[in-house]
Amino acid sequence: MILHELARRMDLERLVDSQDATHEIETGYVGDLLSHVLASAKSNSLWITIQRHENVVAVAQVAGLGCIVFAEGMRPEAPVIERARNAGIALYVSPASAFELAGRLHKLLHTEAP
Amino acid sequence: MQGSAYAREEALCIEFDVRAGDVEHGGMASSQIKAALKQFGLSEPVARRAGIIAFEGEMNLIVYSDSGGTIRVCVDSEYIEITVQDFGPGIEDVDLALTPGYSTAPAWATDLGFGAGMGLHNMEKNADRFEIHSRLDEGTTISCWVKRRTDDSS
Repeated sequence: MILHELARRMDLERLVDSQDATHEIETGYVGDLLSHVLASAKSNSLWITIQRHENVVAVAQVAGLGCIVFAEGMRPEAPVIERARNAGIALYVSPASAFELAGRLHKLLHTEAP
Repeated sequence: MQGSAYAREEALCIEFDVRAGDVEHGGMASSQIKAALKQFGLSEPVARRAGIIAFEGEMNLIVYSDSGGTIRVCVDSEYIEITVQDFGPGIEDVDLALTPGYSTAPAWATDLGFGAGMGLHNMEKNADRFEIHSRLDEGTTISCWVKRRTDDSS
């Protein structure tokens, strides 16, 4: 599903837009331990985490994850947002828990996908 | 962060210095390495594997090394070779350090999501060939080779 459509239906607040208007999300991954994300998250995942420091942008770049969603209102600071903008990584934030966000994503991808 | 590029025999190389404790710039070298490999024409799955190896090596230098170290990436006609080198403290028990889940990370690092005990394991898993040499008080050198062409896309 297209990221813009997913973000709207998951009720996410956008911090950094994707550079690709047709950015496609195929699956999701939830995790806060960075090596586990690198080991297990598939490319083109939407990554849900409560880590909000600079290194998450590098993890997303290296692992080919085009979008990070910060759960529980964990809003990153300006340098992280700047780094994501330069790296072409979309960022969103939501007050919802990772569990709640993963539930919304799963429902949209697996029961309502065209 | 700026890497220095040079030619070595029949390989093109890029090298980055990484400072101990410099979490703020963590991942800068490896994301630039991945981008450079893709610019060089390597596929996303291959650049991704090399990028993951570089990231884990980079974070190890930042979290564990005494005085930082270097990451060197060389590309020849067949392989990407990633070498991560530091000058201490060295690893007491390499087999133990390679065991998934084993970590000696300090609390500040685990708070940031590092120190899951998967770093060396991730490097080994993503490499077609993996070598680690470590000596206490002298340092650690890890070399990984990733084939430029793979039959699968894992």
